[in-house]
Amino acid sequence: MSATAAGLLQIALLLLLLAALYKPLGDHMARVYTSTRHLAVERAFYRVVRVDPEADQRWSTYVLSVLGLSAASVLFLYAMLRLQDHLPMSLGLTGLAPDLAWNTATSFVANTNWQSYAGESTMGFTSQMAGLAVQNFVSGAVGMAVAVAVIRGLTRRGTDRLGNFWVDLTRGIIRILLPISLVLALVLVAGGVIQNLSDTREVTTLGGAVQSIVGGPVASQEAIKLLGTNGGGFFNANSAHPFENPNALTNLLENVLILVIPVALTRTYGVMVKDKRQGYAVLTAMAVLWGAALVAVTAAEVNHPGTVPQAVGSSFEGKEVRFDVWASALFANSTTGTSTGAVNSMHASYTGAGGGAVMLNMMLGEVSPGGVGSGLYGMVVLAILAVFLAGLMVGRTPEYLGRKIGRHEISLVALSLLTMPFALLIGAAIAASSDSTRASLLNDGPQGLSEILYAFASGANNNGSAFAGLSADVPYYNTALGLAMLIGRFTTIVLVLALAGALARQTPTPATAGTLPTHRPLFVGLHAVTVVIVAGLTFFPALALGPIAVALA
Amino acid sequence: MSGLGSERSEGKQKTVTFVQAPAPEATAPRAGAGLFDPRLLVSSLPEAIGKLDPRRMVRSPVMFVVEIGAVFTTVLAITDPSTFSWWITVWLWLTVVFANLAEAVAEGRGRAQAATLRATKQETPARRLSGGVDAREEVVSSSDLTLGDLVVVEAGEVIPGDGDVVEGVASVDESAITGESAPVIRESGGDRSAVTGGTKVLSDRIVVKITAKPGESFVDRMIAMVEGAARQKTPNEIALNILLAGLTIVFLLAVVTLQPFAGYSGELQSMVVLVALLVCLIPTTIGALLSAIGIAGMDRLVQRNVLAMSGRAVEAAGDVTVLLLDKTGTITFGNRQAVELLPADGVEETALADAAQLASLADQTPEGRSVVVLAKKRYGLRERHTGELPGATFVEFTAQTRMSGVDVADGHQVRKGAAGAVLAWVREHGGRPHLAVDDVVDGVAAAGGTPLVVAELRSGAARILGVIHLADVVKNGMRDRFDELRAMGIRTVMVTGDNPVTARAIADQAGVDDFLAEAEPEDKMALIKREQAGGRLVAMTGDGTNDAPALAQADVGVAMNSGTSAAKEAGNMVDLDSDPTKLIEIVEIGKQLLITRGALTTFSIANDVAKYFAIIPAMFAAVYPQLDVLNIMRLATPQSAILSAVIFNALVIVALIPLALRGVRHRPLSAAAMLQRNALVYGLGGIVVPFIGIKLVDLVVSAIPGIG
Repeated sequence: MSATAAGLLQIALLLLLLAALYKPLGDHMARVYTSTRHLAVERAFYRVVRVDPEADQRWSTYVLSVLGLSAASVLFLYAMLRLQDHLPMSLGLTGLAPDLAWNTATSFVANTNWQSYAGESTMGFTSQMAGLAVQNFVSGAVGMAVAVAVIRGLTRRGTDRLGNFWVDLTRGIIRILLPISLVLALVLVAGGVIQNLSDTREVTTLGGAVQSIVGGPVASQEAIKLLGTNGGGFFNANSAHPFENPNALTNLLENVLILVIPVALTRTYGVMVKDKRQGYAVLTAMAVLWGAALVAVTAAEVNHPGTVPQAVGSSFEGKEVRFDVWASALFANSTTGTSTGAVNSMHASYTGAGGGAVMLNMMLGEVSPGGVGSGLYGMVVLAILAVFLAGLMVGRTPEYLGRKIGRHEISLVALSLLTMPFALLIGAAIAASSDSTRASLLNDGPQGLSEILYAFASGANNNGSAFAGLSADVPYYNTALGLAMLIGRFTTIVLVLALAGALARQTPTPATAGTLPTHRPLFVGLHAVTVVIVAGLTFFPALALGPIAVALA
Repeated sequence: MSGLGSERSEGKQKTVTFVQAPAPEATAPRAGAGLFDPRLLVSSLPEAIGKLDPRRMVRSPVMFVVEIGAVFTTVLAITDPSTFSWWITVWLWLTVVFANLAEAVAEGRGRAQAATLRATKQETPARRLSGGVDAREEVVSSSDLTLGDLVVVEAGEVIPGDGDVVEGVASVDESAITGESAPVIRESGGDRSAVTGGTKVLSDRIVVKITAKPGESFVDRMIAMVEGAARQKTPNEIALNILLAGLTIVFLLAVVTLQPFAGYSGELQSMVVLVALLVCLIPTTIGALLSAIGIAGMDRLVQRNVLAMSGRAVEAAGDVTVLLLDKTGTITFGNRQAVELLPADGVEETALADAAQLASLADQTPEGRSVVVLAKKRYGLRERHTGELPGATFVEFTAQTRMSGVDVADGHQVRKGAAGAVLAWVREHGGRPHLAVDDVVDGVAAAGGTPLVVAELRSGAARILGVIHLADVVKNGMRDRFDELRAMGIRTVMVTGDNPVTARAIADQAGVDDFLAEAEPEDKMALIKREQAGGRLVAMTGDGTNDAPALAQADVGVAMNSGTSAAKEAGNMVDLDSDPTKLIEIVEIGKQLLITRGALTTFSIANDVAKYFAIIPAMFAAVYPQLDVLNIMRLATPQSAILSAVIFNALVIVALIPLALRGVRHRPLSAAAMLQRNALVYGLGGIVVPFIGIKLVDLVVSAIPGIG
């Protein structure tokens, strides 16, 4: 089979699996978040943490719950990482330095999983399992809870209540993330992913050299790493490591895991707003963006412009031979299009255009299809922006799903659109202007700027993938990226929940022929164009000096 | 308006205006581009420069940023002069001036109208009555009148202030306000009691109770409105301003952080270039034209003789989803007309026509006249005059007899009237009405018409001749108009005092979506509240005092100028022509206002694509020559590229002033169709046009020494 046929087959299989899972998973999630019944285990949990599961929270209370839990999580994780040497099963590893502990704690709580460290030589098993993996579940469930609260903002009328965060969080973990992770971890083990608690083994290789092989509970972490669009690898090499992602089949499964919840959430959305077409429309806009980026990345990598790849005849640098160029490009596109950040190849080694495309994927705001929950609410915010412009053009006060977009709503939309560029550009600008931070760069010239931009795009968008080449474990990057991740995640969450609160208070206007239809292809196109234009106009100057200059060289 | 209220106004002056078919093109001329006079640009220039005052500029955040940038580059051009920085500086200032010019031109057009109005506001002597209607008069100045004062106005005098007629009837020339030269009747009591200061009494004597405080009269408000002095930003305008401010901050961020990236890349940029880039990126086109669009929207209303009390109401008009229209005068002509004659068995149709005409000769009501007209048009019966029938006695219609007719000298008698009355008359004279007549009468009633039975007494024998079918006649073009509204997503509800059967028949005939029959003012209020509870916006017209609560409750309440002060006070618009069909135009103007804003915002943002392609390669040509691939316009030099983008950015404002003032053409299309059209024209057009425009400017600019 030619590489092209294999690549296309892989894409076709991925789409087929996603299509098969779309309806059952989407409907299941809608039931999870609308059901009035509590499971026994959930009730027990509510009693332990003293939460009244029947309480309906105002948007502000919902926000405080999210922030409270997240702040506690950061503190807890920070302490755990700092004190790692006192924990059992730490493999003799020391506690983390303050800046790295801060960076890692914020990173995992903000669903980013940026890793300024190499997992196998930094984290003991307790840190991995009780610290990082727990946040993989919790941060993913937080994102989904916020998305559901936003959907409620669009379905409720005349209320300031958005549901109960603790219930949404608990259900997200117990009824969605845990069962899928459990099953998929076993499947991954069957596929060759390791799962053990053994110490490092010294083996003598065929060549006679001695090699240290690190084991660990990988499969259990691998499933939620991808399912929760977290991306933090057990190993430094992430999904390029054969213990995390041994073969083409696990690679395909991991790809499915990355995309399945963000994709299926659009179904949940359609079901919950009682107009499935709205869900299809959002999905289509996401798919258009994902597809266009996939074509760009794959084309750039397969055609491998540039002197060296042309001479070698391929662009295999930084890619695993197990996966070939096509599967690497597909994985890179999925991982940057969602806020996952797991990698099966090194993005820094991509061509200028390919690297620029995956970077732009993140700069779009992680909406194609985005992180679990965050992709959906990000897309809703951009839909409201598109509605605002398009709505005026049809001669009505703009409205989305019957909710009018007035000064309060558009203020929140404008602020949330400002948040990510703010964290990204300011952080990157400071990094680019100081000699000390530039010392971290592997390359100079536009490729070096790409390394900086990529790091902050990854942080501010809670992606977590690294461009490689940047030695980020220095105080500036650890601190600044930590801030970028927190701002990108939680400022946005506060703003979208405030927006949901404002939308829920309204009495929706019934749709008429004079209402802008938000489910037709025309609007889907406008929605996608709005996403691209907003990101393009914001980041074009920076991109021109980084990846574009590389690509055109 | 209740059915009662609407009947009251029938047959009076107002109906004359109603007769005009409300076909879309037959209404008041649209404020086309033709009304935009380029000379206005020049004459408004001094004012535009006066508006550079930063305290005024700060109201438009986008243009305020441009002004700060212009000040900044001016300083730089003085401290470090170069041809390039001076050119940029001049064009940045021009960008701000052009924006102010747009506003000044829009205001200038309003001011011309205000000047005309102000002429009516001269101080006039007022004959004030102190201590009640019968007390003695004293002459005071109109500006000394206060609320509740009673003044006497006689033929030839100017009414000194807004008020209600409390005594007497007079014909009044309101042409100063409405532009309509035909005098109108104003009388005490009822729905036609309101008079406006500055209008002239042509006959008779009235006593007016002043209802407006000095300086707050109708004309005062009208002047403030057309001059834009009372203009407050409307909700959508505020929302749009917030979005524009947000975009401005995003671009500020992009430009400010570009310098460190440029420094990293080894080519720090001059401040002049960064300011130029910022100004090109921020949405100056819409920022410059936003207030002009708002002023022009109000202006378009004034040109159609509608006075909006707030811009908010105009915007709300665009959002209206339910129109409450009074049947009488709006959907139908103000009165019933004979539409057909139904002869009884064995009676010749012409005989019936002849009798019907005879019985109606003395009947001067519109219904009576319509019988004569029908007899002439359909049966070719020449209209006879009362003088042609010597010795004939005419029987007037009275509420007791409920019929009218004529007794000719030879003993031949003809009667027409309500079925019951005429049948009784026939029986009284020994006739035996055929049972089939009842069926015909019921049939006419069921079809929504009013049956009038015609009978005669000839040679001592009384018999029924037939039935005249009187019907409400729906105005031409109404069905098309309602279809258009439906396509735009607006539901029309006909409000009438008629019974449900009649109402349904007219509703079907006119093509309205729904009707409210036997409507009392409370029913109308309840209907509005019900629609609003469902999230719909309601517009209505009204003129009576009993309409006032509903007018106040409706999102868009258009009071007729002929109506009462209470109605005018309660509504948020006044139609000086007192034409209820104007509501449809008001909705269109409201939509047009929003469409224009949306289209120019889209255009403005889409323009940025080309500007990036012009400026970014130019900025980094030295350090990354490969970026020249992005210079797809092949602009001459880096300087000419940047300057061309700045000049295009300024010129496009001037080029779009006529569009901003005229408004984007509104077509009665569904939202989906309209979006497709406007997204194509202003979105795609907004991307393409600047590529061409910047290239053209560059061809000229590159000839400048030191630039090209």
